[in-house]
Amino acid sequence: MEKMISIWFFIGLLLVAYGVIILGAGIYDYLNPIKNTVVLAELHAGIWWGALILALGLYWAITEAPKKD
Amino acid sequence: MIELTSFFQAAETSRLVQLGVLDITVIALYFVAVIGIGFYLKRFTKTGEDFFLAGREMTAWICGLSFVAANLGSLEMMGWAASAYQYGILAAHWYWIGAIPAMLFLGIVMMPFYYMSKTHSVPGYLKLRFGEGSRAVSAISFAVMTILMSGINMYSMALVMKVVLGWDINFSIWSASLTVAAYVFLGGLLSAIFNEVLQFVLIWLGAALIPIIGMIEAGGWNNLVNRVATNVGRSDYMNLWQSLGSFQDNPMGIHWTGIVFGTGVVISFGYWTTDFLVVQRVLAAKDLRSAKMASVIGAAFKMMVPLIVILPGLLGLGLLPDKLVGEAEAAATGAHSYNEVLPLMLARYCGPGLLGLGITALIAGFMSGMAGNISAFATVWTYDIYRPLIRKTASDGHYLSVGRWCTLLGVLVSIGTAYLVMQFESIMDYVQQLFSFFIAPLFGTVILGMLWKRATPAGGVWGLSLGTLSSIGMWLWVKADPSALRIIAFSPDAKDMAENMYRALWAWIVCVLVTVVVSYITKPKPEAELQGLVYGCTEIPSDSDVGLLRRPAFWAGVVMVVLIALNIIFW
Repeated sequence: MEKMISIWFFIGLLLVAYGVIILGAGIYDYLNPIKNTVVLAELHAGIWWGALILALGLYWAITEAPKKD
Repeated sequence: MIELTSFFQAAETSRLVQLGVLDITVIALYFVAVIGIGFYLKRFTKTGEDFFLAGREMTAWICGLSFVAANLGSLEMMGWAASAYQYGILAAHWYWIGAIPAMLFLGIVMMPFYYMSKTHSVPGYLKLRFGEGSRAVSAISFAVMTILMSGINMYSMALVMKVVLGWDINFSIWSASLTVAAYVFLGGLLSAIFNEVLQFVLIWLGAALIPIIGMIEAGGWNNLVNRVATNVGRSDYMNLWQSLGSFQDNPMGIHWTGIVFGTGVVISFGYWTTDFLVVQRVLAAKDLRSAKMASVIGAAFKMMVPLIVILPGLLGLGLLPDKLVGEAEAAATGAHSYNEVLPLMLARYCGPGLLGLGITALIAGFMSGMAGNISAFATVWTYDIYRPLIRKTASDGHYLSVGRWCTLLGVLVSIGTAYLVMQFESIMDYVQQLFSFFIAPLFGTVILGMLWKRATPAGGVWGLSLGTLSSIGMWLWVKADPSALRIIAFSPDAKDMAENMYRALWAWIVCVLVTVVVSYITKPKPEAELQGLVYGCTEIPSDSDVGLLRRPAFWAGVVMVVLIALNIIFW
């Protein structure tokens, strides 16, 4: 009987992708601050929030990865 | 990606913000993920038990998160943020006293009866307890309510897409609802639950930035309180209880009795303990202790949801430069409405990528709520309407097939109801109306059925029927004669929300009184037939064989203590 992959693994993969996108965009905005149009853009939320998402995603993607029997 | 961008942009008319390629990538990845999970789980959905109850193999954490996520539909995010803007922190009552005690009661007191009876649904429990009559009434009313609620989710999502992105409402409704239909069709409750856990994580990651950055902009809680008082010209928007001593002294026009007995008892216990949409998630647990713990885990997370829903509404009240208005005024003047406060706050703080994640959080909330409604509808339709009333004997495969196609049918009917919602001033008023019609009397029937062995089948069906009819009757009465409000809600000043609370309370009282009176004049079931269904006739397994930290009752106590502390802090 096929063993079901944990939902946390799928969540981890998606968050890794999101983390890379948001962190990347945050770094780009940091280097090109003219484009920022949101309130409190100087906090650079994309950088720290993207890093948090990436770390969370990596944790689940690695610890919940399907294991070969 | 360029084609996808063009596709989305083609649907745009006007917009609050413009998504970049990164934002659209984030949203597109989400759609790929939920559909992909549906396809992956289809291979594990081979029987009716798999499709309708996820094989009863879920852990407490999965069930608990799914339990909250299924409730995190549009009414949670858009509706309550709008209510927080409209009524202030009073809206938090629907998360705390209006949810937590009931969720804990479900887990600790009621779950043993639901779980041990091995029922597929709440109407299924009523069939075991009272007979076919009660099941038919509750199943049909639940099916109607669920489809209407599903319409709310669709409309809310489409509204967000219209306000934030300028997408056409029809485009949004069809794209999201067909996605939900696809993954629930493929994997049933299993797919719905797994996606709800994913959606739960995305909702928090996407929405949590608003309160974090918002509180920085406001300069802390005390400054926010002062800003709100200045903007609205009164100081009672930020207190939970202080202004509830009279109907006139608070923004909602409600008395504390309405909050405690209407919201805290009837509506809350009715929704969290008898609405099959949420109860179905807990019934999928692998054992009774997991089912009980899932309710406690759900309650703990529910208690934190105001951070991403109520607080953004309050921040909007304190920080947004323009005043938001009701839907009708917004349509006439071109101003933004209460229902748009959450997307407005999102657009205020979120840059490229983050905006896509925030929009994904909103879409995820809508889709989890919609999937919850659709999967519950499919179960109740198949097991409680189709099987007993239309085709009594058929193979498990046949009922599985009916459930799958019912998923698509439910989505299509829901799309029709989405357009009905547009005429309501506040989304939450519409929701509370539905609750007062169907959920409040159902709670009266279920709670008497579980705790009072003298309740008879005739009492159950008459109480439920007359309770529901009385609620609809009171609503029609006030529509025909607005002065009736002083009788139903004790005050001509009562707003829609307060009226809904009191109507729910009356409907519950009617249900209970009719059930008790009819039960005393009709013959009860023998006690032997009530085993596993009623308190006093059922031996409930004890948790004493596990350590303190693994006992659901211990954690329920911890959650209650935190709840009391929160009410004191924001008194």
